[in-house]
Amino acid sequence: MSLGPYASFIVTSYAAAALVIVILIGWIVLDYRNQTRRLRELDRSGVTRRSGRSAMDAS
Amino acid sequence: MSLIDLANPTRFLALTARVLPWLAGATVILLAIGLYQSALAPDDYQQGATVKIMFIHVPNAWLSMFVWGVMSIASLGTLVWRHPLADVAAKAAAPIGASFTFLALLTGSLWGRPMWGTYWEWDARLTSVLILFLMYLGLMALWRAVDDPSRAARAAAVLTLVGAINLPIIKFSVDWWNTLHQPASVMRMGGSTLDKSFLIPLLLMAIAFTLLFVTLHLAAMRNEILRRRVRSLQMMQASRVAFSSEVGTGSRQENASTGAA
Repeated sequence: MSLGPYASFIVTSYAAAALVIVILIGWIVLDYRNQTRRLRELDRSGVTRRSGRSAMDAS
Repeated sequence: MSLIDLANPTRFLALTARVLPWLAGATVILLAIGLYQSALAPDDYQQGATVKIMFIHVPNAWLSMFVWGVMSIASLGTLVWRHPLADVAAKAAAPIGASFTFLALLTGSLWGRPMWGTYWEWDARLTSVLILFLMYLGLMALWRAVDDPSRAARAAAVLTLVGAINLPIIKFSVDWWNTLHQPASVMRMGGSTLDKSFLIPLLLMAIAFTLLFVTLHLAAMRNEILRRRVRSLQMMQASRVAFSSEVGTGSRQENASTGAA
């Protein structure tokens, strides 16, 4: 597959899209880990929801 | 399961935990097929191989508007129906929409340089999409600036609905004004002007990116629900500490006054 004289523009477009999407996925995964870790810490320190259920329920 | 059932965050978390792996798998498969079809697409007789940029530029441009549309519906949910997950949905969608809009601007610019001879032109389509990107950033800043999520939600909902005025401006800017950007060639009266060899990979990529948005949005909504759960538990913990220290101070004072008597 030849991309012609403007190959750098095409490759940069696809690489930029891949990079932004990877950053977005990474940010969401790290945020999830961060929130579940904080919930676990609160759970361990005995802070529970008003319903009496664990803070980690259904997460 | 009805929409009312989904209003319960715990049920939403349980349901999305089951659905997300399937959505992620479908996204990866469709994205792989779309990329393969895009690679096989022939060169355009005028644009040559740069037409391949269309397969990522157009889905990102569509999604930049679609995500704001989703946020507008969620904003109505916040202001009119007071649905508990509406502002969670709006807040979680904003960074994802901003990313798609950024990619639409960037890939458009990289496509424009070889085809138009310039990276940027202050014409109606490009400028209105730049405004959309700035509105996404403004909305994200607003959410960060207000501590109380319910207060931030109402202000953000109003701003989102006002910003929705920009959507038809973006869509019809190529018809209303003289712009460098080409007019609509897929979603238009009278059908698409694109040849099947370009249209099929483009639609596959559009569906794949839409699935990517749905997957990321649900995952980000889960994170937002957990963040609010953490916030309320931390407030509960802080009020317990304040109460116990108040009780401690009160009993010490009582002991002191009893001793003095």
